[in-house]
Amino acid sequence: MRIVELIEESISVLKSNRMRTALSMLGIVIGIGSVIALITLGQASQQSVKQRIQSLGSNLLIIRPGSESRGFIRDSSSGGTTLTSEDAISMSQSLRFSTIDKVAAEYSGRAQVSYEGVNDNLTIAGITENYFGLRNIEMDTGSEITEQDNLLVNKVAVIGFGLKESLFSNQDPIGKSIRVKGTTYRVLGIAKEKGSSGGDDTVYIPLKTAQKSLFGVNHLSSIYVSAKDESLMDEAKNQVGYFLLERHNIESPDKADFSILSQEDILETVSQVTGTFTTLLAGIAAISLIVGGIGIMNIMLVTVTERTREIGIRKALGAKRKTIITQFLIEAILLTVSGGGVGVAVGIAVSIILTKALSLPTVISLPSIVLAFSVSTIIGLVFGWYPAQKASKLQPIEALRYE
Amino acid sequence: MGDLFPALGDKMIEVKNLSKIYIDGQLQTKALDDISFGINKGEFVAIMGPSGSGKSTLMHILGALDVPSSGTYILNGKNIEKLKDDDLAEIRNKEIGFVFQAYNLLPRTSALQNVTLPMTYAGIPKSKRHQRAGEMLTLVGLGNKLKSYPNQLSGGQKQRVAIARALSMEPSIILADEPTGNLPSSQGNEIMDIFEQLNNKGHTIIVVTHEDFIAARCNRVLTLADGKIKGDR
Repeated sequence: MRIVELIEESISVLKSNRMRTALSMLGIVIGIGSVIALITLGQASQQSVKQRIQSLGSNLLIIRPGSESRGFIRDSSSGGTTLTSEDAISMSQSLRFSTIDKVAAEYSGRAQVSYEGVNDNLTIAGITENYFGLRNIEMDTGSEITEQDNLLVNKVAVIGFGLKESLFSNQDPIGKSIRVKGTTYRVLGIAKEKGSSGGDDTVYIPLKTAQKSLFGVNHLSSIYVSAKDESLMDEAKNQVGYFLLERHNIESPDKADFSILSQEDILETVSQVTGTFTTLLAGIAAISLIVGGIGIMNIMLVTVTERTREIGIRKALGAKRKTIITQFLIEAILLTVSGGGVGVAVGIAVSIILTKALSLPTVISLPSIVLAFSVSTIIGLVFGWYPAQKASKLQPIEALRYE
Repeated sequence: MGDLFPALGDKMIEVKNLSKIYIDGQLQTKALDDISFGINKGEFVAIMGPSGSGKSTLMHILGALDVPSSGTYILNGKNIEKLKDDDLAEIRNKEIGFVFQAYNLLPRTSALQNVTLPMTYAGIPKSKRHQRAGEMLTLVGLGNKLKSYPNQLSGGQKQRVAIARALSMEPSIILADEPTGNLPSSQGNEIMDIFEQLNNKGHTIIVVTHEDFIAARCNRVLTLADGKIKGDR
């Protein structure tokens, strides 16, 4: 008996019992739907994190105090005090570097900021004049923090785009005075909106001002170095690393009291973390697929029992074991594959709704859809096998006697 | 199909020392006890006997639905007592046309589709199947009921669909198990009329029955009792 005819026949059998067909498909629909939705959601958040990291710039090296570790997410307040302004200055003045373009330094902490009674605890970033250039931050209005401001320890500030609304209620902040930890700072300008890559609620002030008058420290929280070219990243990393080791009188890179990260390093770590997370979510969803598969097996066993007499008739008329097995397997696979199809549609719909609601990029991956269909087919095969075997082994005499 | 029916008198069925023993724990039941007989092409035979006489068991073995415990069964020159499931399926498909007491049509399947089923298993192309099924249904007087479903047909009509199905593969023998058992006598006689016509055209027909008036219409009656042949006339 040809496969096409078996499929036609199975479709008519499934159609003749619509309610049962729909209910037994439901398990697979939910299983495939949730796998697709969760994979999409995982990939969307991965994509969004990647975009943030990529906005750092591909030729940027970030040097932080503390020893090198793969988990770059570290509590910044517990970061060491090993990086100093002198490190940054000597780096930018050294003639040894053939690979480095610019150096910027930063010390950031949190402090209470107020303007006319509006009060907030905000991130205060003390920065050098190169910082905006290196971090791709552009000015919306007003002027940037200059070398002069740093030298004179001026009490001036550039505010993140978000603060214009939250602190100044959309009045023009330029020239106004804000109070940071009780000291008055004059607002020079507003940085452009950065959106997902962050920094819109930060107050930027000169590095020296932050270190000396605001926080009373002498160290840095990070140094940013840009390589002359993306292809020089590894070389730049080495040059900077050995330069700092020498300055800190450390013999071996294993004992370094700082770490150097490139965008690539961060991406790798984050991809690992979010990848594991996505796999975990998909794994949980896959459990519901197994449950759905057991549902299919259950309904197929009921079907076989119900149709014992029909199987007997078919065998009496010359159906071979293989034909009976194929017939019931095709029924099971039709159930799971159509369930999978509906599941893919539901999964995509849910993904679109969720990613829109969480304002994440919507990435529907074709491989996950292909995978969903192959998994549905396999579930149909695996869970349909036992009932189909059972049907094929029925003895025609017994089956014909069955009422 | 004339050439498919060889000359009368050739051996169609040969049964020698056939026994069937059912074992249920310690208990052994001899359903068939060392029986031997032959049936020639073109015969119209009734197998009679009270219930428990072994006639159903004999019918199952003759129909390749079951295998004997010992002895030989040669159908149309083929020795089939030791065949495996799939080979038996092939014999049932090509050599035997079944007509059951309970009709055994597939529900939710049209008369035409029911008749095509054995041909489907034989791998005959769709158009040819449909053409032949139509011819067979016309032959049994149901040319106007091709699209009808079993639940729209009377008992006699269902049995005629079953006969059309049994004929569809041009089998060596038609094996009917109490074909009129569920029918009122008028419809029962119509079914026997069809068998008679088929026999006149050269078909070999075996009818298992316990009713004398059915047996009376056959040319030969084999009577079974306690697993043995008690009469052959």
